[in-house]
Amino acid sequence: MSLPLAFLDAVGGAIDFIFNPRESLGGGAEVGGLGQVGELTLDHLELTFAGLAVSLAVALPLGLYLGHRGRGEFLAVAIGNAGRAIPELALIAFLVAYVGTGFLNVTIALAILGIPPILTNAFVGVRQVDRTAVEAARGMGMSELGIVARVELPLAAPTIMTGVRTAAINVVATATIAPLAGQLSLGDFILARNVYGDEGVLAGAILVALLALAFELVLAAVQRALTPRGLELAREAG
Amino acid sequence: MTALVAQLDPSFFRDRSESDCIRENGAFCLDWALDNLDRYVTPTLEHLVLVVVSVALGFALAFAMALLSHRRRWLVPPFLGLTGVLYTIPSLAFFFLLLPITGRGADTAIIALTAYNLQIIYRNVMAGLANVPAAATDAGRGMGMTERQLTWRVELPLALPEIIAGVRIATVSTVAIATLAVFAGGGGLGSELIAGSNITFRTGVAIAGGIAIAMAIAFDLLLVLLQRRLVPWRLAAERRSREGARFASLVRRVRGAVP
Repeated sequence: MSLPLAFLDAVGGAIDFIFNPRESLGGGAEVGGLGQVGELTLDHLELTFAGLAVSLAVALPLGLYLGHRGRGEFLAVAIGNAGRAIPELALIAFLVAYVGTGFLNVTIALAILGIPPILTNAFVGVRQVDRTAVEAARGMGMSELGIVARVELPLAAPTIMTGVRTAAINVVATATIAPLAGQLSLGDFILARNVYGDEGVLAGAILVALLALAFELVLAAVQRALTPRGLELAREAG
Repeated sequence: MTALVAQLDPSFFRDRSESDCIRENGAFCLDWALDNLDRYVTPTLEHLVLVVVSVALGFALAFAMALLSHRRRWLVPPFLGLTGVLYTIPSLAFFFLLLPITGRGADTAIIALTAYNLQIIYRNVMAGLANVPAAATDAGRGMGMTERQLTWRVELPLALPEIIAGVRIATVSTVAIATLAVFAGGGGLGSELIAGSNITFRTGVAIAGGIAIAMAIAFDLLLVLLQRRLVPWRLAAERRSREGARFASLVRRVRGAVP
């Protein structure tokens, strides 16, 4: 069979796997089908949301604070750079070997990969806010907290969302190898070939890719929605 | 269902010095590490090849795309969209999407890693070109330069800091992600992370992870030095206004880091 046909054949098998349950390769268990696909998709989403939520809860306040005070540039940059150098597989392996498995541990590992881009982007986003806007707010008698929440945060929102998108890409990707640490996700289809077979593996790869792209599309839309109209106008003009 | 959290595989330790530390899976067995350093040579070299080849390919492709779209602005949105999709797809999924076409092996890993790099480098080259002061290009035009001369002699040299920043980000990320190449049959340090089909062997995880992180740092330093050599005028400017330049470079890095 020629290459394109073989590929189409494989994709057809993968799609069949997604819609129709069959017996696992080892026998004894029913795998595939919309039921299991839905289940693992939910598992994957749960891990991703948990990881992103922890990342946001840690990185956003810290980044906003450091940016507002204009301090800790070294910290914000160093964490951003270090985050990229952490191999996701080594992180999961480290977790399994040294810390232990379980939902909480995997969530922390995902957060470790999600925090750096959000922290750095929150810091830079706030630092980039026009200082005259901040001075004007201060002159109007706004509290420092008010300035952060109502001036700096909205104006930095596009930059912060860029960081959130990068974090989401990291987290979705790493949630794929979460089954290595005992947490089910769509990655199980990919990693457990001896259970799901080649069709299951390809189905898993397709589903993971689609999920990542869906996240990216949604977050890009959120980013557009959060971009203040004034910034858009300034950008078009400038 | 997760058959993957496997038991320690005894064959992994056969012919190796069996110490109490290994039997108890101690935090870090220095004896074992010293006895077994040789087993990390090949994976490290494989890892290096994966990184260098995929960053070089990614750079060549992204650079060509940037040159193409620099004067044909209508190409920018499709290029950004295409590279964005390739960047977004998790590498592990990408490996297995390619598998029916390219089979298992380092080639498959390299294609996926290259695809991942494109967006990072393309964005940075474009940002570098966009940041070239209009005065510089005007001066070039005034001197009678052709468009081609303008690109190669004025714009690209001035964009070098951003371009190298992009290559740095791409390289460091690729060192990290190349650990996954083992799932595509591409070897590399990942093969030692999941060696003997177990990822519970502490010393092995620490060594392989440590080498990967050290490699990322080494590449980063190397590229910083390269940048210093290639862009000496930048250093002079930075000395003049250290604060301003540092923040500018921070902004550049972050913009480059994120699509």
